[in-house]
Amino acid sequence: MKLSGNENMDIKINTSGLNLWYGDNHAVQDINMDIHRNKITALIGPSGCGKSSFLRCINRMNDLIDHARVEGQIVVDGKNVYDADVDEVAVRKRIGMVFQQPNPFPKSIHDNITYAPLKHNLVKKGRECNDLVESSLTAAGLWDEVKDKLHSPGTALSGGQQQRLCIARAIAVNPDVILMDEPTSALDPISTEKIESMMLELKNTYTIVIVTHNMQQAHRIADYTAYFHLGKLVEYDQTNTIFMTPAEELTEAYITGRIG
Amino acid sequence: MKHNPFYDPSLSGRHRSARLFKWYTRASILMTLAFLAFFLFDMGRTAYPALWQTYVKVDVTYTEKSARLTQKAIDKKYRKIVSRAWLREIPKQLQHNPELMGTTVKQWVLADDQVDQYMKGHHNNLKQKQIRIIDELKQSGDIELDWNDVFFSKGDSKIPENAGVLSAVVGTVLTLLVTMFFAFPLGVMTAVYLEEFAKDNILTRFIEVNINNLAAIPSILFGLLGLAVFINLFGLPRSSPLVGGLTLALMTLPIIIVSSRAALRSVPDSIRQAGYGLGLTRVQIVQGHVLPIAMPGVLTGSIIGMAQAVGETAPLIIIGMIAFIPDAPGSVTEAATVLPAQIFTWAGMPERAYVEKTAAGIVVILSILLSLNAAAIYLRKKYEIKW
Repeated sequence: MKLSGNENMDIKINTSGLNLWYGDNHAVQDINMDIHRNKITALIGPSGCGKSSFLRCINRMNDLIDHARVEGQIVVDGKNVYDADVDEVAVRKRIGMVFQQPNPFPKSIHDNITYAPLKHNLVKKGRECNDLVESSLTAAGLWDEVKDKLHSPGTALSGGQQQRLCIARAIAVNPDVILMDEPTSALDPISTEKIESMMLELKNTYTIVIVTHNMQQAHRIADYTAYFHLGKLVEYDQTNTIFMTPAEELTEAYITGRIG
Repeated sequence: MKHNPFYDPSLSGRHRSARLFKWYTRASILMTLAFLAFFLFDMGRTAYPALWQTYVKVDVTYTEKSARLTQKAIDKKYRKIVSRAWLREIPKQLQHNPELMGTTVKQWVLADDQVDQYMKGHHNNLKQKQIRIIDELKQSGDIELDWNDVFFSKGDSKIPENAGVLSAVVGTVLTLLVTMFFAFPLGVMTAVYLEEFAKDNILTRFIEVNINNLAAIPSILFGLLGLAVFINLFGLPRSSPLVGGLTLALMTLPIIIVSSRAALRSVPDSIRQAGYGLGLTRVQIVQGHVLPIAMPGVLTGSIIGMAQAVGETAPLIIIGMIAFIPDAPGSVTEAATVLPAQIFTWAGMPERAYVEKTAAGIVVILSILLSLNAAAIYLRKKYEIKW
């Protein structure tokens, strides 16, 4: 689904003819979609509509599932991530992911952040690591809360702090795109608010794609919103258009609460 | 109380059966504890005398003649009281200290096992004359029970007062080291492969079923396998801790694999997802995150496997580790025996003195098992990850 009035430079991710099967289940059906650079794109829709599955296609997380099969293209910065000469590990390094349940490693806050950058040879042990920890935690809005206990376990933080730690951890490997799979659905409203305002900061640096069940959240933070239904992309437009004047009957039914 | 809205006529019966059930469960645990207490008490009571050994103070004459006919070193009156094993050492003593030649030294020497049994108040077949001599020695304080370091510093012997557990303990330790060296890395790596890398297909399921079956095979069959493969095919030395350790490794492998897999499976998948989301490779995730989290479980399972291997006798008998080993083995290729085999040998000996040695051997093996289990608990606590 192309949007009018956009130059190609603004397109970070373009999917064309994207299909995903889990065994016989055709979970994502023929998605054509442009995702814009340095914007927040929200994917909404009822449970089982394929929005999370679609999200996990973008950084090839579905490759980890034995019976999953992907067809079509996802072009990121001019290169199809499903090309034979693309390593999925490199894809996931450039396209980071934050999950529904906060999942910090059972290590210290410091090590949670530095583990992957060290493996990617982005930083050296010592001062570079400490700087990275500070900058990542600052970007995730967690630095002031944890700067005195960087060596205590990340799992001892509260749920909201853990999720921000996970976001800091994702930022630390310096990705271009951050995928967020319902990042606030396990959190209280105050933690949610913190993460939302942080996302509005982060979009200046990163392209963010977020799956959410919370329509107000999509409305509050997303520049673009895509509505998925039964594996299909029903409607995709600027967030205001989707919420104010949806073109499709189904979209309107969902956002007014008649289906969901 | 006339009116009680909570009155339920069936309740008293239900409470009664609940009480009864509780008492059944209590009775069974009491029975178990009673068995255990009886076993430990009886074992301790029987083993305790083995910690003590009778020594007697006599004149020992070192001459050319007594170097050849060692009984001649002791006055005829006391000859039957002194241990034959001690007399055998006289030429060696002379070799080490040539200046002893031609002297007579009054010293404490190991007493014969019958004398020892008499001193401990056990059944013995001493003659009246000897008993009188011993009583005389007792009066003069020239015979007494002393700490039995022979038991802990010597190997097996056909002379009961000279028999010890050292060679069996060394054999057990060497065998276990070989077992651990082979079984731990192989088992953990197999578990990691099956749990983290292998795709779920017919082949891996076939392997899985066979590993589970392997855990249920009677241990004596592993002995036959060890005999056929390690001794007959590869020509490794019989009775050696190397072969014993390899055989026990085969037996321990399935236990380690099954428990390590369970430990790996209990690592939440969200940890792996987190790693993938950061662009880590599967190996980095397994090494850096999954294995460390699973480690306490892996170690516990492995140590329990080891503990089982410590007590294993049947397969080791088949590969010849029941041999008579008077001296502790110096390497894994020398002939050796292990504690359970040593206990088995002693239990079949006719002399009364071996009864207490059998019990003491059991106490030694129980202590090794207890320390292994304590190590398992310690390691689990130490590496346990707080969530």
